[in-house]
Amino acid sequence: MTTLIEAPPSDADGLLPSKKKSAGGGLGQYIMIRFLLIFPTIFILVTMVFFLMRITGDPITAAMGGRLPPEQLQERIHAAGYDRPLLVQYFEYLAQLITGNFGTTLSDNRKVTEMLATYGSATLELTINALIVALLVGIPFGMIAAHRRDHMPDAVLRVFAILCYATPVFFSGLLFKLTFSVWLGWFPVAGRAKTSSELSLTALQAPTGIYWLDAVRSGNMAALGDVLAHAVLPALALGLLTAGIFLRLVRTNVIGTLGKDYIEAGRSRGVSEFRLVTKHAYKPALIPIITVMGLQIAVMLGGAVLTEKTFEWKGLGFQLANYLTARDFVAVQGIVVLLAVIVAVTNFIVDIVAALIDPRVRY
Amino acid sequence: MSTPTPVSSTVHRRVPLFKRLPVISHFNKSVGLQRTMLVIGLVLTGLFLLTAIFAPLVAPYGFAQLSDNDGSFPTQDPPGGKHLWGTTVGGYDVFSRVIWGSQTAIFVIVVAVVLSIFAGVILGLVSGYLGGWLDRILVVVADAIYAFPSLLVAIVMAIVISGGESNLFGGVLAAAISITVVFIPQYFRVIRAETIRLKAEPFVESAKVVGASNVRIMSRHIYRNATRTLPLIFTLNASEAILTLAGLGFLGFGIEPSSAAEWGFDLNKALADTTSGIWWTGVFPGLAIVWTVLGLTLVGESINDLNDPRLRGRKSAGGKGSGPDPTAVAQAALQAEVR
Repeated sequence: MTTLIEAPPSDADGLLPSKKKSAGGGLGQYIMIRFLLIFPTIFILVTMVFFLMRITGDPITAAMGGRLPPEQLQERIHAAGYDRPLLVQYFEYLAQLITGNFGTTLSDNRKVTEMLATYGSATLELTINALIVALLVGIPFGMIAAHRRDHMPDAVLRVFAILCYATPVFFSGLLFKLTFSVWLGWFPVAGRAKTSSELSLTALQAPTGIYWLDAVRSGNMAALGDVLAHAVLPALALGLLTAGIFLRLVRTNVIGTLGKDYIEAGRSRGVSEFRLVTKHAYKPALIPIITVMGLQIAVMLGGAVLTEKTFEWKGLGFQLANYLTARDFVAVQGIVVLLAVIVAVTNFIVDIVAALIDPRVRY
Repeated sequence: MSTPTPVSSTVHRRVPLFKRLPVISHFNKSVGLQRTMLVIGLVLTGLFLLTAIFAPLVAPYGFAQLSDNDGSFPTQDPPGGKHLWGTTVGGYDVFSRVIWGSQTAIFVIVVAVVLSIFAGVILGLVSGYLGGWLDRILVVVADAIYAFPSLLVAIVMAIVISGGESNLFGGVLAAAISITVVFIPQYFRVIRAETIRLKAEPFVESAKVVGASNVRIMSRHIYRNATRTLPLIFTLNASEAILTLAGLGFLGFGIEPSSAAEWGFDLNKALADTTSGIWWTGVFPGLAIVWTVLGLTLVGESINDLNDPRLRGRKSAGGKGSGPDPTAVAQAALQAEVR
């Protein structure tokens, strides 16, 4: 969870049976096996979410129960096919998923795929911004802490890292809002952009949905400034959460490599301390960071739900909270499935990158 | 935490029991900065525990109290005077709710961690010891849950258990069970890894030769050895439990304000106040969360660092001759557990 060091790929246990077969096998085989493992992960999550959600009842009663007379409710349940056996519905749902049909949301009657595309880009933007903050803060400070180990800077930075972890995003977000928007008035309180810039950005041809990218592409500098001002506080709130984890990880790993003989050899050849830390000790410490970054994606997506709610950032998390309140389980299922796919695919990519960097990871 | 430490190492046998207790032995091992961090963590956690235990004495009002003999409480009253930390939009006393919130937090942590240890340990033992197809399935399922954002798992569980809104005592239980589901895979993995390692040990083989049943081997021989890493995971997870509980509350899946005080829920309500510059409704519950998580994390981190010879303070490395470190194995098991 925290300062722990090298992580074997997350599926190491599951790989046990195939490990023997592919011993001596090349990278291609490893990628193949790892790729095939994506599917059971997604499949299990989809199945679990489907059945768990249905334990609570059918989506229509959940959404409309109490607001419609019972006969009408029954009629709509029948029309949507929710009164058939659960297994039939389950297989139908799976078949729909494979063809890319996620259904239609109950509360606002939109295509789930369309909804996912619109809000997904907002969440993507937030996550990218936060990742940039996390890397910019975590890596340099981690190196400083490792270099000045057990001295004042190290102590301060470690407390900072733990504070980052201990502060829930919605509380740091609330503090940022209070200080920087309400009292100092530096940044806007909430949202992704002003209505005017939002309009000009969505009017673009084939917008990516990532506002700063769209603003740069259209050369709309006023909108870019506005979008960036809106992005600062959410990115800080979510980024600092992960920055603490990166900081500690870089620190422990650089401390580990700083004790190696080749560092001593470098030092005796007259390599500067700065270069030793930033080049010689840092590079080998990178591998576990990449692995953990994959696991952090899941943490970040969870944090994004809370950050979006805090800053009214209209992304998947914000919508998820809304759909949950409206008991729109079709939409919730769609969002959860998308997140499952993202998590599974990032874990796959991270494992492959780790294998490319470090041949020892391959089996 | 009066968890028994392993009695295997001969070196440890001469040390009195008191000094072998997890936190105390770690305190003796620590030096300088690490000792400071451990002490701060212990103080923060201790104060949190005391507040929770003595909440009825400390809190001036009940968590759902809206009026006293002088009439109704004012709404959004700034801190000071009769209401030490002010009142909320609904007229609750912020100070009292923060104090009572510690009780809710501790109750949820204990139920959640105990349940997940119980389920995780049993599943891990069975899966690791028996192996085969059951093991494969459990591993894949646990990995799938583990990889998924834990907050979302908790949300889905909260919907299933309470339909998303909880009103009474059941709300606390629902929150605890939601958190349990998130943690089971972690305990499962650690215990399973240990079980697989222990299965190959000679003492298990000799137990088999003597004719002990599988259940007996699992519950007597392996269980005792595999669970010695749990205190460490407990401290690390307790803080995560608080954060998950607060996250659930913040999203509106927590406990109704009339049935228990919960910090995350109060923060949710406080969010709307910030724009008008009302800070006391959000800052105090938020600080309470940070306080508690910080305390638990500092204790957990310090224990974790002290168990790892590479991270332990340099002075304590030599001299004591502590023999085989019982928690070195925990370290190895946890390395697969990077979060």
